[in-house]
Amino acid sequence: MIAELGLAVLWLAAALAVLQLVIGALALRPEGQALAGLVRPVAVMQGVLVLAALAALITLFVQTDLSVKLVVENSHSAKPLIFKIAGTWGNHEGSMLLWVTIMAVAGAFVALIERRLDEPTLMATLAGQAFISLGFYAFLLFASNPFARLPQPADEGQGLNPLLQDVGLAFHPPTLYVGYVGLSIAFSFAIGALVTRNVGPAFARAMRPWVLGAWIFLTLGITAGSYWAYYTLGWGGWWFWDPVENASLMPWLAATALLHSVSVLSSRDALRAWTVMLGVVAFSMSMVGTFLVRSGILTSVHAFAVDPQRGAFILALLAIDIGSALALFSLRAGTVTEGARFAFVSREAALVYNNVMLCGILGIVLVGTLYPLVTEAYGVKVSVGAPYFNPVSAMFAFPMLAMLAVGPLLRWRQDRLAGARAARVAWPVLACGALALAVFVGVELFAHRITLLPALGLAIASGLFPASLLPLVGRNLRRTPLPVWGMVTAHAGIAVALFGMASESAFSVERLAAMQIGETQSVGPWQVQLGAILPVAGPNFTALQATLETRYAGGSPVTLHPQAEAFSNPPGTRNESALETRWNGQLYTVLGEQAADGRWQMRFWWKPFAPLIWLGGALVGLGGLLALAGRVLSDLRRIIARDKIAWRRMRQGR
Amino acid sequence: MSALAIKPKHQRLVLIVFALAALIGAVLLAIYALRGQASYFYIPSEMVAHPPASGRAVRLGGMVEKGSLKTMPDGVTIHFTVTDGKAAVPVRFTGITPDLFVEGSGVVADGRMDGGTFVADTLLAKHDEKYVPREMKDMVAARAGQTGAPKP
Repeated sequence: MIAELGLAVLWLAAALAVLQLVIGALALRPEGQALAGLVRPVAVMQGVLVLAALAALITLFVQTDLSVKLVVENSHSAKPLIFKIAGTWGNHEGSMLLWVTIMAVAGAFVALIERRLDEPTLMATLAGQAFISLGFYAFLLFASNPFARLPQPADEGQGLNPLLQDVGLAFHPPTLYVGYVGLSIAFSFAIGALVTRNVGPAFARAMRPWVLGAWIFLTLGITAGSYWAYYTLGWGGWWFWDPVENASLMPWLAATALLHSVSVLSSRDALRAWTVMLGVVAFSMSMVGTFLVRSGILTSVHAFAVDPQRGAFILALLAIDIGSALALFSLRAGTVTEGARFAFVSREAALVYNNVMLCGILGIVLVGTLYPLVTEAYGVKVSVGAPYFNPVSAMFAFPMLAMLAVGPLLRWRQDRLAGARAARVAWPVLACGALALAVFVGVELFAHRITLLPALGLAIASGLFPASLLPLVGRNLRRTPLPVWGMVTAHAGIAVALFGMASESAFSVERLAAMQIGETQSVGPWQVQLGAILPVAGPNFTALQATLETRYAGGSPVTLHPQAEAFSNPPGTRNESALETRWNGQLYTVLGEQAADGRWQMRFWWKPFAPLIWLGGALVGLGGLLALAGRVLSDLRRIIARDKIAWRRMRQGR
Repeated sequence: MSALAIKPKHQRLVLIVFALAALIGAVLLAIYALRGQASYFYIPSEMVAHPPASGRAVRLGGMVEKGSLKTMPDGVTIHFTVTDGKAAVPVRFTGITPDLFVEGSGVVADGRMDGGTFVADTLLAKHDEKYVPREMKDMVAARAGQTGAPKP
């Protein structure tokens, strides 16, 4: 019953999306003005209905309804409740329903909240949102119905991939999806503005919080996913340049560029066409990512839900959505008038530089991700990994980060780095540059085996961190607006994360050994003793658990318990690492198999400052949050003030 | 004020040229680097017929030959032979082997040739029923086609 209800609600929501598209488009014409009042309620209703469909699917998973095909294929009655819920989107159909849900709910939010955008542009935006939603509704209803029943209910479900049975699954995919799909709002705004030819600061100010919101979720989703892969795969790595990771990185790069160009447009009315273009590109990258993940055309650790036929469907959607957006852009871009001018040395120019560099990195990642597809068309199978991505993207990333030190200090429109401005901008930045140089020389002198890339990373991070705090110097900190705090926090977060990445790759120490019970091995400053190996039982798995007595530089012992877990539904194993975090790094331990002579394979890493990678990511997200809070609060204040004035006027009029 | 003296139209043109130059540069750089850095996929008979340059990162895929798996005295280094039925390549790997890595099953190894031995950095085995490296799936499918077996 719930499954049928869910499907019916989904169809209804799709019908409302059609309605939203049609009346939104009609409302743009003078004769359709009467319909304009309907668009917002329809958008809200659509969001509510899809939310109900998702709730229905979650209910089916929680109840483990074994007459529903999707539940049988991906769930099991003995699974812990949190993984039953999270398992709803741990598969193709469920994740697409989550996608459509977020898309519709985001549209509903725009319809409910957005008051600053002029009415025609908003109508066009909501119609655009309905247009892209419709493609995904069609995909869901015709090619991947999550509510399909089996002719005969199964006796038991097939369970969920053990690697996915982790709290990470409860948070990482929804967060990332909110980010991915949140960018559809930027896409729709761009379309709306192109349709009404209304690209200007007001449009940028309306669009900015939405972009910022999606970008925060993307940042946190990527950070969380990286940490999840780090501790659950037992490989000791935190980024593998896997196609699916790239698929999340590309929208992030585009969204970061968009975030910066939107601020130019809203403050200075420059980069009009460019901002609109980035709005289209950012969500297009989300869709390209979905295509790569869902079609299974690329080998990936995320390939838990692949189907080539569906890939063709998404490819068609991709072509229609991106193609029509680009066609609209090329028709209308010429009528978007040039924005304000700016000098070569100015905040705008620095942000243009940032945008171009980000797009360069985006191009490099995109080409590297798609390259195996191209060569395979010629019968040559290749894989592309860190040896390509790390140095080539660094060629654009490092110059960009160097500019990050000075950009936020520059004035809008025109700046001159002489006289008083030299004391304010040039000298402090040069001091930071000197610090970076000193770190680089120090690393090269005292640590010979460190390769160029990590050494450069350490140097740039060391210079960038103090430089990113410079915008606060000379300000009254209590009166510093929240968005400035946000910018400083996010930029400092980039430096912190870069330091963690560079340190992890420069200073990590690995020890791989077959150990007898009672034996001690050292890894970096740590002594690790294998105490015992005992079987333990989890909720739906059995495991061998090692007891490790670890000491940092002869200090007090810490006990760690890495596990080798064996799942039966479905059959699979997982090496759950055990981590010990200190202020200066992380000890990473993995239990392997028992060798023929009775010894146990153990793998240890000492990773100095590795946790800074994720701390930095979290800081970047926090920075976004502060900026968003600042924008929303000032908007609220403005609205309240306006209402007060209106009220006073009304009273005085009486 | 010289920089502000140019017309908006010209500024737009300068920006477009700058952005295009950077993007094209990025793509050219990417393609140039890919030619050197992409790691090619080999099966044992190709590996024997046209061995890659020593030290170049490549991938090797095939079946772990029955009876070839030996563990070295350190307990963490293994030697085995990867075969495709026509040729065989000896492989050395140091580390914790993936689950379901057994003799007779498929494997994809990332690594490089060192003398006559393939030194693997990582091994990808069939991880579970749902996740199989795609090269391996193709390989298994090709074998099934040859022998007429319905399913591996």
